[in-house]
Amino acid sequence: MSPRMIIRRLGGSLLVLWLVSILTFLLVQLIPGDPAEVIAGENATVAEVARIRTELGLDKPVLEQYFNWFTGVLHGDLGHSLSTNRSVVSTIAEAAPATLVITTMALLVAVVIGVSAGVAAGLTQGSWVDRAVSTLATLGIAMPSFWLAMVLVSLFALTNPWLPATGYVDIREGFGVWLSHVVLPATALGLATAAELARHTRGCVADVLTRPYVRTARARGASGAWLVRKHILRNSAIPVVTVLGLQAGRLFGGVIVVEAVFGISGLGSLAINSVLQRNYPMIQGYVLLSAVIVVLINLIVDLAYGWINPKVRTA
Amino acid sequence: MTPGPGQQNGTGQPSGGEPLLSVRGLTIDLPGGAVQPGLVEDVTFDVHRGRAVALIGESGCGKSLTSMAILGLLPAAVRVVAGSVLFDGVDLLTCTRRQLRRVRGGPVGMVFQEPMSSLDPTMTVGDQIAEVRRLHLGERRSVALKRAGELLERVGIPKADKRLRSYPHEMSGGMQQRVMIAAAIACEPKLLIADEPTTALDVTIQAEILELLRDLRRDLDLAVVLVTHDLGVVADFCDDVVVMYAGHIAERTPVDGLFYEPKHPYSSALLSAVPQSGRARTNLTVIKGRVPSAGHFPAGCRFEPRCEHSVDSFCGRPQADTALSDDHRTRCGRVAGGELILKGAVRG
Repeated sequence: MSPRMIIRRLGGSLLVLWLVSILTFLLVQLIPGDPAEVIAGENATVAEVARIRTELGLDKPVLEQYFNWFTGVLHGDLGHSLSTNRSVVSTIAEAAPATLVITTMALLVAVVIGVSAGVAAGLTQGSWVDRAVSTLATLGIAMPSFWLAMVLVSLFALTNPWLPATGYVDIREGFGVWLSHVVLPATALGLATAAELARHTRGCVADVLTRPYVRTARARGASGAWLVRKHILRNSAIPVVTVLGLQAGRLFGGVIVVEAVFGISGLGSLAINSVLQRNYPMIQGYVLLSAVIVVLINLIVDLAYGWINPKVRTA
Repeated sequence: MTPGPGQQNGTGQPSGGEPLLSVRGLTIDLPGGAVQPGLVEDVTFDVHRGRAVALIGESGCGKSLTSMAILGLLPAAVRVVAGSVLFDGVDLLTCTRRQLRRVRGGPVGMVFQEPMSSLDPTMTVGDQIAEVRRLHLGERRSVALKRAGELLERVGIPKADKRLRSYPHEMSGGMQQRVMIAAAIACEPKLLIADEPTTALDVTIQAEILELLRDLRRDLDLAVVLVTHDLGVVADFCDDVVVMYAGHIAERTPVDGLFYEPKHPYSSALLSAVPQSGRARTNLTVIKGRVPSAGHFPAGCRFEPRCEHSVDSFCGRPQADTALSDDHRTRCGRVAGGELILKGAVRG
């Protein structure tokens, strides 16, 4: 992919983020109820509410409010939590690692299991491997992640106390301890995506196998591992990467439920509490972070396309 | 041997020697298709060293299937149910997978109809050509790529070193087909199977590709199986012709025999459907109807419903493949019985 195209993609991403910032800001304007009243509490006087409103700048024109808020965002200042009065950025920074780690590990689980199962099934269409993968994949897609999480906890943490049932520890406290806390939530979150990926990969491999260029490769004497590695995987990867990008976004949403089951205080619980408390600076922070992550994932997917598919490079 | 129909000896066979490729009684069917007649039935022909054999017929006559079956490249939905394909004495239908792999791309190269979809879109053309040498000769990538550059030059692609790093979509159809040919001849094969190599190309490019194939044939002493529906190409390029209709061989003959003395009504119908140059504004004859699809073949002569010479009582019965001379066979009983004499397209 040419540098010019990368710059164009980056520009597009920044534009999307700016639009998201406007929507995020307006979202709060559209929420029913006055944040100033919420902060002041039920027994506050009118004067008190007015004072808080002035303090937060809510009495200024909307455009000016947005300008002030956006300037803050650009300087890394998202305001203060209405409930704890701590800075939004540091609160999110505290909760983010657990969530990001679990989501990333879930994605890893999904890719490793999903892609390998899908390739195996696609290459052996109609065999027992194929049927097993298809059945398990349907099951995996049908199972809600919270239920899967509970089953995993009961199997691997309660019945057989091999792994901790709840909580998250930082990797600095030891790789083994860290991994033991990550395995179950990541698996619970990632298996549905693995199932989705397996089905998709199977379809893509099956499709690529019917392509004339695979026949050509066979006509040149290619077969087995060579054929799979050189011709089938790369061509199958193009549509699979698209699904992977979509699924990555979904995982980031799904992690909320898994965090709840495993009692991990990550971004998920932060987001839920913020919504319940109408803690709008926190909500804004969370939405902005989500948008940045999704845009980043899309950017990575776009770049990966260019790497996998030479047609995109010149497009 | 010099190619071209004008250069044939009396029998149409080169003197002495076993045929390089010998297809015997090849029958291709859908799995579980014991009831219906085969997609391709009892196809028999030989290709001798250095000679070019054309498989001709309309679309759906089984000529492509036949060419695919030689290297075991049939689509998964169909399979060979009978016959043998002897190449250099080895039956490619019953040999081990390893033996078959060594033949594919080694002594037998293959070129397909649509170069665009037949080249891997995610691999540089250099790597696709080099692949053959890496697979068959175990060459390192750098060595094989160097050889690929020479091959590109051999097939008439200028600035080969630069072109090695191109992807198929960055090339024109003619260039792509040259790349396909370069890969097919990378290990100096004895036989080239070309499945309608020029059909998807512009007319001017078609001529160039045929010219290239002719050069290669001469330089490498290549035998060629050419699948085509273009009689001009047949006259220009081939020594022998196998005319296929609805999965049967209708007629098998040296090229001159087809043009001067066709021995099957389908062959003569094909000849009269070719526009004659120098005779403008004549009516173009067409063959009425279309090739029956598999499973709907007539019980008797498969061409009978479209044949203008058919006689109900006789042609409703299955026709036997009959030898008229050493090298000329027909599946038309009326011609074989001397009842019917067909006119050739070329006189004098």
